[in-house]
Amino acid sequence: MSNSRHLWHFHGGLKLPSNKAISTASPVAKALLPKRLIVPVQQHIGEAGQLQVKVGDSVLKGQVLAQASSYVSAPVHAPSSGKIVEIDELPVPHPSGLKALSVVIETDGEDKWIELTPILHPNTKSPAELRQIIRQAGIVGLGGATFPTAVKVNTGPHAEIDTLIINGAECEPSISCDDMLMRNYARDVISGCELIQYIVSARHCLIAIEDNKPEAIAALQEIINEKALHTIEVITIPTVYPTGGEKQLIKVLTQKEVPSDGFPSDIGVLVQNVGTAVAVHKAICLGEPLISRLVTVTGEGVLQPQNMDVLIGTSMSELIEQSGGYHKDAAKLIMGGPMMGFTLQTDHLPVTKACNCLLVENTAEKTPEAMPCIRCGACATVCPAQLLPQQLYWHASSKNFDLVQDYHLFDCIECGCCNHVCPSQIPLVQYYRFAKTEIWNMERDRIKSDHARIRHDFRQERLDREKKERDEKLRKKKELLAKKKQAEAAAKEKDGAPAEVDPKKAAIEAAMKRVKDKKAALKTEKDDAASPTKKSSDEKNTQE
Amino acid sequence: MSILIAVLTLALIAALFGLLLGYASVKFHVEGDPVVDKIDALLPQTQCGQCTFVGCRPYAEAIASGEAQINQCPPGGESTMLALSDLLGVEPLALDEEHADTPEKTVVYIDEETCIGCTLCIQACPVDAILGAAKQMHSIIESECTGCDLCIPPCPVDCIHIKPVKVEPDTWRWPQPDHGSTAPQAG
Repeated sequence: MSNSRHLWHFHGGLKLPSNKAISTASPVAKALLPKRLIVPVQQHIGEAGQLQVKVGDSVLKGQVLAQASSYVSAPVHAPSSGKIVEIDELPVPHPSGLKALSVVIETDGEDKWIELTPILHPNTKSPAELRQIIRQAGIVGLGGATFPTAVKVNTGPHAEIDTLIINGAECEPSISCDDMLMRNYARDVISGCELIQYIVSARHCLIAIEDNKPEAIAALQEIINEKALHTIEVITIPTVYPTGGEKQLIKVLTQKEVPSDGFPSDIGVLVQNVGTAVAVHKAICLGEPLISRLVTVTGEGVLQPQNMDVLIGTSMSELIEQSGGYHKDAAKLIMGGPMMGFTLQTDHLPVTKACNCLLVENTAEKTPEAMPCIRCGACATVCPAQLLPQQLYWHASSKNFDLVQDYHLFDCIECGCCNHVCPSQIPLVQYYRFAKTEIWNMERDRIKSDHARIRHDFRQERLDREKKERDEKLRKKKELLAKKKQAEAAAKEKDGAPAEVDPKKAAIEAAMKRVKDKKAALKTEKDDAASPTKKSSDEKNTQE
Repeated sequence: MSILIAVLTLALIAALFGLLLGYASVKFHVEGDPVVDKIDALLPQTQCGQCTFVGCRPYAEAIASGEAQINQCPPGGESTMLALSDLLGVEPLALDEEHADTPEKTVVYIDEETCIGCTLCIQACPVDAILGAAKQMHSIIESECTGCDLCIPPCPVDCIHIKPVKVEPDTWRWPQPDHGSTAPQAG
């Protein structure tokens, strides 16, 4: 059954030595419970969550540390029980080596769970309810993209999903965590497939696995036969890098191509990683949030390469230590695989939801000096996105960011095939990453300047309005005064009185008049006072 | 006679097209200068006045009328200059030496213990990014601050300081690979 299907090819790609056997020889080891867990608040694409705890709080395993803050966001949970001793900006595994807000938990060794509410009969729940559980469990795409899964499985009412593809290709060399997951947790993988299939109501489900993983294929097939599932199929695909890329895998399985600016759901396909499927199973059937993942610790630089079941937040240095430690020639620590991973400056970094592999390389072969491009076109031959890597490189290096977009820079999946085949050893992908982040930065600046323009215009308008209002007020006041004057004048004229009716003036005049009268009265009194003597003498005279 | 017909015909055609043009100029009249809008859209809108004009739009108007060069915007740096040269079809000009590199983005913050609440900075801020009232402490709304530094000179107690915008993993940019010499300049 597994190989009855016709398969297609995607453009380009490479046959690479897989280097997976060294890490699949030993069984999956459970990493020891660390003393300190460092949990970055943002481990997904989208907006960072909002902190729900503070320093000094005791937390249980699975308790929410930060809640999703918007639709495209995901919560993070305490990977073990203990006490929160620090919440601060701490180094996170990121190519920049920058710090980000993290919660530090000192574990108490009890590893005590919160109360879990498993759903025993998921079929009785609606897809929306199950999506909500996935959202609360903080599940993100574990293939490396870390896009919130609850958002991805919400394909909307218009997109009908015909095919659910479960991606177990694991095409990148050295990494084997998905392989080990399928071998050891086949039942959980199938359960997760069924759940996701139910949530998106996909007609059938294809589990795609590269032909270099016969054990995983057999394990899954066994469960499918046992459960007699007719809509789930395991498909063996040829091992070509990067067949595990979302768009490449869709092409191989369905011959359909995802539009340049579209999503797989536009063509009725949804792709989920096998790790994500297991996380969905755990969230719904066991009630457990995403607090651990499988990590491949491998490379020539580690003494005992293996796969480990690791709590999120465990320090990478502890994983290396538990894998036998570094080889004496170990020189370079990479998170991810040799093709798409990025170099870390230190191993004192926490494992995050995105961390699928720690690769330690010996004697970091000195990056050879890049030579000029000779226009051989080898890069274009291998490009799985059918781009023109040469043109992209030239326009990116001369910072011609409009032209790189015309050449569809954003369809580049940074798989590194062009780098690998370039005879001049030009670090092509670095140029594309540089151009992408520059363009995003310009976009951010543009949004910010548009915002500033609106605020500036608004302020200008407000100032103008205020000035106008002030002028208007002043004008009205003046007008009112003039009117009043006019009215009074008119009133006086009507009474026939002289235009002068100022009460003040009148008062002054009255006062002056009073003073005059008083003075006059005083004068007459004085005169009177002088005359009585005369009068009295006269009187005397008349009496005598 | 035939000359007369020719002259009359041409005159008639001229009059007809004259009317048509006159009508079109009224009907399709454009308010303002669309070039100014396009230039303004490329400017960083810090409203800082470092170009010697009182804001981004006046500078855009000056460029459109040919009074100003395209290399007078320090916050915009080289990328703005190149975008302007692209838009207007003029030769790119070198920026002043001190602004040759992409400038580091900054914002200001108020030392709130020193602030006396004089509101002078609020009046100076072109984007209303300062919160406060008379005799009350002021603070900068960082997300709205454009880094124009116009609030610094009016402050009587020198409590406004510049700080660089923090780079988060989200806003971090990959460096340009440093072997540019092998990269030919694309035409």
